[in-house]
Amino acid sequence: MTALTLAKSLNAGLRRAMEDDPKVVIMGEDIGRLGGVFRVTDGLQKDFGEDRVIDTPLAESGIVGTAIGLALRGYRPICEIQFDGFVYPAYDQIVSQVAKMRFRSQGRLAVPMVIRIPFGGGIGAVEHHSESPEAYFAHTAGLKVVACASPGDAYWMIQQCVASDDPVIFLEPKRRYYEKAEVDTEATEAPYPLFASRVVRDGTDAVLLAYGPMVKTCLEAAQAAAEEGKNLAVVDLRTLSPLDLDPVYELVRRTGRVVTVHEAPITGGLGAELATRITEECFYSLQAPVRRVGGFDTPYPPARAEEDFLPDLDRILDAVDRVLAY
Amino acid sequence: MTEGTFGAPAGEPDLVQLLTPEGERCEHPDYAFDLDDEAIRGFYRDMVLTRRIDAEAIALQRQGELGIWASLLGQEAAQIGSGRAVRQQDFIFPTYREHGVAWCRGVDPLALISLFRGVDHGGWDPADVNFHLYTIVIGAQTLHATGYAMGMQRDGCVGTGDPERDAAVLAYFGDGASAQGDVNESFIWSAVFNTPTVYFLQNNQWAISAPQERQSRIPLYRRAAGFGFPGVRVDGNDVLASYAVTKAALQQARDGGGPTLIEAFTYRMGAHTTTDDPTRYRLQDELEHWKLKDPLARVKAYLTRNALIDDAFLSDLDTEADDLAAHVRAGTLAMPEPDLAATFDRVYAEMTPELRAQQEWFREYHASFHPSGQAADGGAPHAEVTR
Ligand SMILES: Cc1ncc(C[n+]2csc(CCOP(=O)(O)OP(=O)(O)O)c2C)c(N)n1
Repeated sequence: MTALTLAKSLNAGLRRAMEDDPKVVIMGEDIGRLGGVFRVTDGLQKDFGEDRVIDTPLAESGIVGTAIGLALRGYRPICEIQFDGFVYPAYDQIVSQVAKMRFRSQGRLAVPMVIRIPFGGGIGAVEHHSESPEAYFAHTAGLKVVACASPGDAYWMIQQCVASDDPVIFLEPKRRYYEKAEVDTEATEAPYPLFASRVVRDGTDAVLLAYGPMVKTCLEAAQAAAEEGKNLAVVDLRTLSPLDLDPVYELVRRTGRVVTVHEAPITGGLGAELATRITEECFYSLQAPVRRVGGFDTPYPPARAEEDFLPDLDRILDAVDRVLAY
Repeated sequence: MTEGTFGAPAGEPDLVQLLTPEGERCEHPDYAFDLDDEAIRGFYRDMVLTRRIDAEAIALQRQGELGIWASLLGQEAAQIGSGRAVRQQDFIFPTYREHGVAWCRGVDPLALISLFRGVDHGGWDPADVNFHLYTIVIGAQTLHATGYAMGMQRDGCVGTGDPERDAAVLAYFGDGASAQGDVNESFIWSAVFNTPTVYFLQNNQWAISAPQERQSRIPLYRRAAGFGFPGVRVDGNDVLASYAVTKAALQQARDGGGPTLIEAFTYRMGAHTTTDDPTRYRLQDELEHWKLKDPLARVKAYLTRNALIDDAFLSDLDTEADDLAAHVRAGTLAMPEPDLAATFDRVYAEMTPELRAQQEWFREYHASFHPSGQAADGGAPHAEVTR
């Protein structure tokens, strides 16, 4: 066990994936000597060479599009998109090409690749550096979408995604990059399956559903609620496509009350999907409508207003109070 | 109505030509055709047969058997010339009109037609024929081509001097596509990484209704210079020149000499697709002008003048074309309807529980209309069709 930041865990996970499989290559902007703007690939080029840690020209469609060609040739590329707001120039390559290659080849072609995207706000950045684009990708058949929330998950999930034969959008909560936890880098096997949610706090009164950066916020909210005598469960979804909701349904049947939490704007967000599925599956167990907490339906605001935009303890606890009031 | 590129670029010094529209061989200082007359007979056969596939597919579309068809009429020489220049180990990334190139790769025309009929998204296995699936999104495949070429480099298949091992990628796109970001990003990548990528741009003068002038203010082959690699313009209606230029560029790429952009100057004699109406935007004169440059006629003139073909050859070829057309027609009509339930299995390597549930739901729902358990088309029972 070592205490590692989430960024260092990713680095260690990438390193191990590259050691395990010589076909793994990493490509992106400034990932070589600089080690990426968040230093996630720090030192990898030094150890694996410029052919496996490829500093690319500055063109996102090119990064993803050439990675597809490499994957078709038998490689396992990992693309780093520098910031969430810059994935859109690669949108066609991801949504129309990566996602559909297996389908349109009638299962003959595999495009095993990972697209890493640092996502979410809370770091005081300029515009296009704080977005939550997950719903676009979760809506796309052929892609799998995961979000890590802790250093341990970051370490293991990235390796599992590289090993997966399906293309994966890998979301990294950038505001949690420098938070530490104990990670067992000696273990031979991942402690949890890749496409599975996890109950990270059990509870009896209501359940909070979150992923990525909001998992920690929800745990803090649950902690605060406990001081007022409310016992909240927290689920880290981990996988956004496919969703793994069996553990969630169980909690809903027990508590009857649910709040979903994400940074992305509410309309058409993951929360809407979660609320619908829970309603379809657990209608008679629900004591209150599922409530969603999220960003507003505005573009991401200037950084000095982001505190008001992003879900925080108060907004989450307000929603909890509302579902408990029924 | 625009004049398009009517008249250009006859006599342009930059245009590589080895066979004139009148069917006479001519010389070029940098490129020579190095095959014999038997090969030219073969090219002629290829062109006649692909034109016939094309004509049959248009007829099938008109009769309601195909949803749409993108005709290659007029582009046979560009496609057969370039397609015959590839080696087995090379890999091709086509757009959606490369029926002649597919022919050179040994792809059954029915595998192309199934896409336009709506049976599948491409019926061939790219790994079998080193010919990727058609790509409908304009220019997207050029990036895949570059990435694939990077893979060849990494696999040690470039510049070894072993003709069996060294390989290159040939990427096709159109004059319209040349304006796409992806194509330009692909140029940058190929140049920066010196990949074995040969770009074969078929400038057929039109991107649906937009003339070439709407895509570029300079001749397209000159774009390459700005990216740092050679560009060459070839008479795309000249199969000998298309072959010679592509062969040279591929060899340079295999040797480690990096990318080349080939602009095949040609003309789309038919409509963009069967849903298009070219009379709305182009002059009949332009078509008449290009008919004089027909890629098949000039090869035939050469072969006839030199007594390399006779009536027996031509009538045999006619019969062969008729048989091929009959194969296309019968095969099209015999294509089984696709089974939607089976398509669920092709989305992921590892299917998701939600998708499996949807598949099962659909299967039961569908079966409720067909209590015998037979598929709607009377084909295999579902249990056999799906896993
Ligand atoms: C990205 C994209 N935009 C628009 C279209 C619709 N479209 C299909 S073909 C075409 C014209 C393409 O022209 P060109 O690249 O010159 O190729 P050609 O069909 O003439 O061979 C257009 C606009 C498309 N398929 N993809």
